[in-house]
Amino acid sequence: MIELHCVQVTYPGGVALQDLSLTVAAGQMLVLVGESGSGKTTTLKLVNRRVDPTSGTVLVDGRNVATVDAIALRRSVGTVFQRFGLFPHMTVAENVGLLPRLMGCSAADIHARVNTLLEMVGLAPQVFGDRFPAELSGGQQQRVGVARALAPRPRILLMDEPFGALDPVTREGLATQVRQLHVDLGLTTVLVTHDMTEALLMGDQVAVMHAGVLLQLGTPAQLLHAPSSDRVRALLETPRLQVERLGRLVSGAA
Amino acid sequence: MSASLSEQLEHLPEYMGAHMLLCGVALLLGLCISLPMALLVVRRPRAAAVVLGSAGVIQTIPSLALLALMVPLLKSFGFLPALVALVLYSMLPILRNTVTGISQVDPNLTEAANALGLTPGQMLRLVEIPLALPIIVAGVRTSAVWVVGIATLSTPVGQTSLGNYIFGGLQTRNWTAVMVGCVLAAALALLIDLLLALAERGARLRRPMHTVLGLGALVVVLVTGSLWPHLATSRPPDTRQVVAPQTSAGAASQSAPVTSVRVGAKTFTEQYILAALMERHLRAAGLVVTRADSLGSTVAFDALCRSEIDVYVDYSGTLWANAMKRQDKAPPWKVLAELAGWLADRHGVRLLGALGFENAYALAMRRDRATQLGIATVQDLTHHAPLLAVGSDYEFFQRPEWRTLQQTYGLAFRETVSFDSTFMYPAVVENKVDIITAFSSDGRIAAYDLVVLDDPRHAFPPYDAVVLLSPRVATDAAVVGALQEMLGRIDVAHMRQANLMVDRDDDKWTPDQAAGWLDEQTRRP
Repeated sequence: MIELHCVQVTYPGGVALQDLSLTVAAGQMLVLVGESGSGKTTTLKLVNRRVDPTSGTVLVDGRNVATVDAIALRRSVGTVFQRFGLFPHMTVAENVGLLPRLMGCSAADIHARVNTLLEMVGLAPQVFGDRFPAELSGGQQQRVGVARALAPRPRILLMDEPFGALDPVTREGLATQVRQLHVDLGLTTVLVTHDMTEALLMGDQVAVMHAGVLLQLGTPAQLLHAPSSDRVRALLETPRLQVERLGRLVSGAA
Repeated sequence: MSASLSEQLEHLPEYMGAHMLLCGVALLLGLCISLPMALLVVRRPRAAAVVLGSAGVIQTIPSLALLALMVPLLKSFGFLPALVALVLYSMLPILRNTVTGISQVDPNLTEAANALGLTPGQMLRLVEIPLALPIIVAGVRTSAVWVVGIATLSTPVGQTSLGNYIFGGLQTRNWTAVMVGCVLAAALALLIDLLLALAERGARLRRPMHTVLGLGALVVVLVTGSLWPHLATSRPPDTRQVVAPQTSAGAASQSAPVTSVRVGAKTFTEQYILAALMERHLRAAGLVVTRADSLGSTVAFDALCRSEIDVYVDYSGTLWANAMKRQDKAPPWKVLAELAGWLADRHGVRLLGALGFENAYALAMRRDRATQLGIATVQDLTHHAPLLAVGSDYEFFQRPEWRTLQQTYGLAFRETVSFDSTFMYPAVVENKVDIITAFSSDGRIAAYDLVVLDDPRHAFPPYDAVVLLSPRVATDAAVVGALQEMLGRIDVAHMRQANLMVDRDDDKWTPDQAAGWLDEQTRRP
C-alpha cells in the first residue's frame, strides 16, 4: 500500500507538486496521467525516495519512507524506465541478475532466478541470456527492463512511461503482458503515462494531474461518466472520439 | 656505420634498463595517484576544476625546465628528481580522461542505477568505470607515450636513460647515437601503447586472455628491461660494491676506504673524454667506477657537493664566476688558491689540482672576415660590434663573464644567438653569425681555421681544468693516488687533438678511444 498525505514538493525553479494526497491499495494499479510538467514523474519518484517531499509524508506499507534507508527501499521497489536504462556493457542475464548479485545471492540461485524471470517476460533464456542490450529490439529491451525490475521480488512496481519509446504493436503486446504480471504477482503498481487511452485501459485507478495539482482520482468508469472539471472532460475527449470513429468504421464495415 | 652502431648497442642494456625502470615506476606511481584523485573529485565539479587546472599548469612548464627545477627543489640528483618530474607530467591525461570519461556516461544509466538501489560506490565500480574504461585507458596510453619520450630529457639531471644516446651524440656529432636513442625511445613508446591497447580491447570485448596477455607482457617487458643491466653484466658477486651511505658535506673524512667511485661529466666532448680517462686511472687502482654523463653545469657541481657524484673536471674561471660569484680579476695561481680554500671551507670539496691545460672562453671568427674588418683583438671589436652577430652555447649569455666582457670593452652586439655548442662552429663557418665564443681547447678552432681574438684587458678569467673531489672521497688514499697521476700531464695540444678525434666527421673515435690515446700520450714512462 502506498499513501501520500498532503505532499508538497518545491524545486528551486518552482512548485512541482501541491498538496497531493492519494492512496494506492495493495494489489491495485494506479495510472498517473497528464502532460509534461504535470508532476506525475515527481509523484512516482516520491515512492522510492528519489525525491524527498518539502512537506507532507509518504508511507509505503505503513512506514514513513523518510525513516527508511533509501538503498534498501529502492531495492524493495522495482523500477522500469522509459529509455529502458539497461547497462550496455552487461549481458541480458547480467542486467537481470545485477541486484540479486549485489544482495548476495549464490551464483546458482541467480542463474535460476534470471531464467525464471526471462521466461516470465517471454524471452527464451538460452537465446537472449548472453546477448548484449544493443543486439535486442526496443520491445525486447523493455521486457528485460521489466525482468530486471522484478528480480529482487518487489511488492511494488514503478513504471515511468514504460511503453513511450515503443511502436504501437509492441506497446499493445507488452502492456497486456505487464497487466497480467501485475495481477499474477499481486503487485501494487504505479504507472506514469501521458496517453489517456492507455491510462483508461490499464489502470484500476487513474489520477489526472495538471501543473502539480491532482485534478481527479477515480476508476476509468468514474472518469468517463463524471469528469470533475472541463479540463478532465477535454482530456477524455480524445479517447471518446477515437472510440466513436472506430465504432462507426467497424459497424460500417460489418 | 655498422661498426659505430654496434659500438652504440654496447650501452643498450644500461641505457634501456635505466629508461624502462624510470618509466615503469613513474607510470605506476602516476596511475596510483591520478586514478584515485580523479575518482575523488569526479562528483565535485569545483574540486575537479582545481585539480585539472593544477595538472594543466604543470603541463605548460617545458619538460626540461620541470626536470631541472626538481634538482634544487628536492636537493637531489638522478633518479628521484627525474621520477618526480615524470610522475607530475604523467598525471594530466589520466586525470582529465578519467573525469571526462565518467562525467560523460549517459545520465539515463546513472539515473537507472540510482533508482535500482546501487550505492554510489557500486555505481562507480559496476557502471561508471566500466563504461568510461576506453577513455580512461586512452589517457593512460597518452601518458605512457609522453613519459617514455620525456624520460630522455632526464639525462642532464643525472639519470641514465636513452637520452644518453641523444645528448652524448649531439655533443660529439655522433648522429648514429642520436638516431639509436630516438628510434629506441619511439619503439618503446609504441610497444607500451600497443600492449595497453590490447589489454583495454580485451576488457571491452570480454576476452580476459587478451587483457592478461597485454598487462602480463607489459609487466614482463618492463621488469626484464629494468633488470637488463644486471643480467647482461654477469659479473661475479662483488661484495665491495656496497654503495657508501650519503653523508653531509665534510662529515665523511673518517669513514672506511672508498671502494666505488661515481665519475661525472658535463655535456661536451672534452668532459666525456676526461671522464673516461679518470675512469681508466680509477679502475687501474682497483676501484669500481660508475658514470653519470651529460650533466648540466650546475647540476654537476651541486651533485658533487652532496657526494652524489665523486669526481669531475671543472674549470677555474667557471667556478670563480658562477659558484663564488666573483667578478674581480686575478692571476691564475691566485684564482686556484682562493678557489681551493673556498671549496674546502664552504662545501668540503677538494680541488685536487690542475690537469695542465686551459679551456677558456675565447672570441673567435673566420680568418677572412677578421682580416677584412681588420680585427685582431677584442678591443678592435668595439666599433664593429653594432653590426655583428655573436653566437654562443646555452649558458654563456647567462654567465657573469659575458657582462664583464661587454663592460670591459664597451661591446654592444647587433644580435646574440644561442646554439648547442656542436652547431656553434658550423654557424660561424657558414657566416650565420660573425663571432662565436669558442673553447680554447677545442680542436675545431684549428680544423676550421678560425682566429682567436686576444683579450688584452683580461676580461675573461683563467679557465684551468681542475679535478674536484666530493666530500666522501676527498681524503681517500686510493682515489687521490689514482687521480694525482693525471695532474699537470695534459697540455692543450694533446687535449685539442683528442677532442678533434671525437668531434670530426671522418674517422670518428669514441670518447673512450680518445681517452685511451690521451692516456698513452700523457702517462709517465
